[in-house]
Amino acid sequence: MNPDANVVDTVIDAVSAVFMIVGAVMSLAAAIGLLRFPDLMSRMHAATKPQVLGLFLLLAAVGLQLRTWWVWPVLLLAWIFQLLTVPVSAHMVGRAGYRTKHLHRELLSTDELEAVVLKAAEAAKAPASDGGRSPAAE
Amino acid sequence: MMELVLTVTAVVLSLAAAGAIVRIARGPSLLDRVLAADVLLAILGAALCIDMAVNRHLNNLMLLVAVSIIGFIGSVTVARFVADRREHLNES
Amino acid sequence: MSRKRISLRQELPLLVWLVIVWGALWQDFSPGNLLFGALLAAVVARLFYLPPVELSGRFSVLRAIPFAVQFLGRVVAASFQVFYLAVVRGPKVTNAVVAVPLRSHSDLMVTATGHVISLIPGSLVVEVDRSTSTLYIHGLNVRNADDVLKLRKEVRDTEAGLIRVMGTKEELAALNLEVGA
Repeated sequence: MNPDANVVDTVIDAVSAVFMIVGAVMSLAAAIGLLRFPDLMSRMHAATKPQVLGLFLLLAAVGLQLRTWWVWPVLLLAWIFQLLTVPVSAHMVGRAGYRTKHLHRELLSTDELEAVVLKAAEAAKAPASDGGRSPAAE
Repeated sequence: MMELVLTVTAVVLSLAAAGAIVRIARGPSLLDRVLAADVLLAILGAALCIDMAVNRHLNNLMLLVAVSIIGFIGSVTVARFVADRREHLNES
Repeated sequence: MSRKRISLRQELPLLVWLVIVWGALWQDFSPGNLLFGALLAAVVARLFYLPPVELSGRFSVLRAIPFAVQFLGRVVAASFQVFYLAVVRGPKVTNAVVAVPLRSHSDLMVTATGHVISLIPGSLVVEVDRSTSTLYIHGLNVRNADDVLKLRKEVRDTEAGLIRVMGTKEELAALNLEVGA
């Protein structure tokens, strides 16, 4: 062991320690957001998004600590998997939240979807109209 | 140094888990609770990651992926179910 | 089998991806394992037939790397912004639902843009109108018309970046025309 390798080791340890702490703080950010935000939609922003960065940092810390190259593809795979699933579940919950009036309209400064939804609801009420094509009518 | 990191992350994650549990208990609607449960699962995943990094093994990796799959399927299913039921019964 | 056979060239990205997943899961990239993985990938792609994703056939690695770096940077910046908002603004935060018409009409591009936008904290796709390819985006901390314009520009910029990475030639030409004008 030459002293250079020791220095590199210490640096890698320090970097991964910082990654782990920031990753854990991201989980805390999600929890604080859950507790402090007023409505479902803004809670969802806090709940789903910091986890993307948090898991990235934690997986990077695992990769740095293990110090072998073949773990990186697996870790990357786990992260990409999360990238693919998080927006889908967030969208599903957000859509259900918007539809079921969990949305507090007084907290919105602009709502450009409301007019479309109302139009689609009218189209669905009127017989023999093709309301099925608009997004909110299914 | 790793002991210090372990202590700090344990405290932070415990606080986060407590926050999520408070939201599960209080949450005004079902969707709030689902969201909070999702966050709780993510915190569990973070704890698994930190265990792997500190003890230098990979045994938890598949468990981590499984946990995220359960979170994904759970929240999507519940969101779908809630949307359907509310639309049919027309309650709000 | 009445379905149209998809060409090998169209299927190749899927097969390569499956082989990489196989290798990563075994944590073993030796030639024998990869060969067996390729065999399995071919069998899986044949047995569990799904409608092919229509790729544009163009992928610019040169553009993809800066885009990925920029994406990571924005995720980091926005994560801390959401953290800040949660701690400081808390219950007083104001949001908006904004309609953003996209340039591209291909399903892949709309999906990719929606995914990237959803992953960046502070914005979330609530609804998609496929016929006009409009995304309805819920933005955190959007207080006035200026913020709405900023959010819309951000989404359109993300789409422009994605078109530069993997859009069709026609979309790229239209984008260049728009930027040049």
